[in-house]
Amino acid sequence: MTTLAAITNPWMHYLIWPVVKFSIAFIIVQGIVAAMNWIERRLLGLFQARLGPNRVGSEIGIPWGLGQIIADPVKFLLKEDIVPSSSEKVAYYLGPILPLVPAFIVFCLIPFGPPPTFAVTSNVNVGLLLILAMTSTVVYGIILGGWASNNKYSLMGGLRSAAQMVSYEVPFGLSIVGVLMLAGSLELEEIIRYQERNAWMFIPQIVACFIFIVAMNAENNRTPFDLPEAESELVAGYHTEYSAMKFAFYMLSEYSMMVVNCCLIVSLFFGGWTLAMGGFGLTTAVLKGWGLLGGLLGTLIFVTKVMTFMLVYIWTRATFPRFRFDQLMDLGWKFLIPLALANIFVTGIVVLAGGEWLLSVFGVAVIVAVVVFMMRKPEKVSRKVMHASPVSEA
Amino acid sequence: MDELTQGMPLVVFLIIGTIAVASSILVVAMRNPVHSALFLLLTFLCVAVLFVIREAEFVAAVQVLVYAGGIMVLFLFVVMLINVRHLPEERVMSRFWKGGFAVGLGIFILFAALVRPGVYHDPNPNTKELRTVRTYRMRNVRQADGTVIRKRVARPRVVGNSEAVGMMLYRDYLVPFEVISLFLLVAMIGAIIIGKRELSADEEETTPAFILERTETEREVKESFSA
Repeated sequence: MTTLAAITNPWMHYLIWPVVKFSIAFIIVQGIVAAMNWIERRLLGLFQARLGPNRVGSEIGIPWGLGQIIADPVKFLLKEDIVPSSSEKVAYYLGPILPLVPAFIVFCLIPFGPPPTFAVTSNVNVGLLLILAMTSTVVYGIILGGWASNNKYSLMGGLRSAAQMVSYEVPFGLSIVGVLMLAGSLELEEIIRYQERNAWMFIPQIVACFIFIVAMNAENNRTPFDLPEAESELVAGYHTEYSAMKFAFYMLSEYSMMVVNCCLIVSLFFGGWTLAMGGFGLTTAVLKGWGLLGGLLGTLIFVTKVMTFMLVYIWTRATFPRFRFDQLMDLGWKFLIPLALANIFVTGIVVLAGGEWLLSVFGVAVIVAVVVFMMRKPEKVSRKVMHASPVSEA
Repeated sequence: MDELTQGMPLVVFLIIGTIAVASSILVVAMRNPVHSALFLLLTFLCVAVLFVIREAEFVAAVQVLVYAGGIMVLFLFVVMLINVRHLPEERVMSRFWKGGFAVGLGIFILFAALVRPGVYHDPNPNTKELRTVRTYRMRNVRQADGTVIRKRVARPRVVGNSEAVGMMLYRDYLVPFEVISLFLLVAMIGAIIIGKRELSADEEETTPAFILERTETEREVKESFSA
């Protein structure tokens, strides 16, 4: 059997390759999620002027508390698994497992590197739409878990999550439309190629980029929008009744979806695996010319960008207080959706008139304005306020 | 030869089709509304896979996005708000089951007759043909007798799935599409008007002025109180 026949053999095509790709995606996600758990706790500690987990593993010479990465899963595995006796059993067990499935399927659709080498991808003609569809089904785990626990707080968490997801699904999808109109394709690869030829999408589509970041925080129930698990109102929301490994599964799916959304924002707005604008720099063609090394480099660039946005997630979490529920709905329906529609309208007119550069000029102006605003002199703060001195590790 | 009737797509079709039929039966057979909703979700997903087998990826993705991602979430939302755990043990069979069975059988026979190969089947199951989009341009065309006239020339082009659907919706069937969207708009406005009712005089008295200024509907007032 020749190699080509081995690849096109239906069993290989429909069964073996998908399983192999799925396994690779699974391992990558597990690694990133495990690392993120530690990074998030450490960074939150630094943001709040405390240390965070910095001890575990120091006895056997593992630095910076990195042993926490292993200690956490071990703790989850060894803890007692309590199942409420009045829970709806099937849905209760299904709840934590269900959101993992779309999370891992999505990883098979994302191009991590320049096409021939490291893209763990099945190239679907409607790739982006399929990713959106998959991410929209993640909410079922939360709703089901909240309902099956037979607990008022859990149910409230599940209901809040359903309302929030349905609301923010809309600006999430609408914000992408402008990008699609510019790139003219639903394939992530094509969108990345457009960006390396012209400009990274966050410049012409700065409004869409803003809406996307807000909506993806809301989709993931991250802190400004973490009403489904608001600990000061609902105990722990939808996962109140979940313990041990089931709880860990919820965490796993949440972090997986964070990684997915970061992959999306990198591919859609920040140039994917390239470091090129206007056709100059590390374009796909240049990377391809370097063969395997180029493929590795492209993947490295992609992963670096993804990790940067994971840090933005943590930064957001450490910065903003939680919304009230009516504020959350107002923000979604009365601000983000009209803004996204206006963005589509303007982008459509500009694309039809053939003046894409106008959008870029606008984007640059907005970015400059934001930078100037952030660089302004801070107001004088009374020095007498007692606060913890920034802690640095000895 | 139709690609559905051979090889791996056939295997996938048989498995997924069986699951789809079984789960759609379970939707009506389940006693618990949430379980029914979940089986409906499974049916939607299976139908999406069937679309993929027929190389209609766009429709499959939209099926999952709209039905599984949006509508079913709302279904579940409502079911949970009502919080019906189990229906009371009533008679399972309706009194009209004979009539219903007859209608169902009739429709089944009708479909079986229609889907029989050669009658409803695509005479030319060539997906390329389906995905061909024609763009029209005015061109100068030289006739056989040497005169040059301006003429509309079609340029066929095979495009991706989503582009073909877009061309269909927004060019070939633009007017029906817009009419349908108007219908949906009417339904939506109706739903909003039904959901939004005036406060009674009693409620208006007891509600603080600053809340009345900000909110209008009863539901919003209640949310502001609980927040």
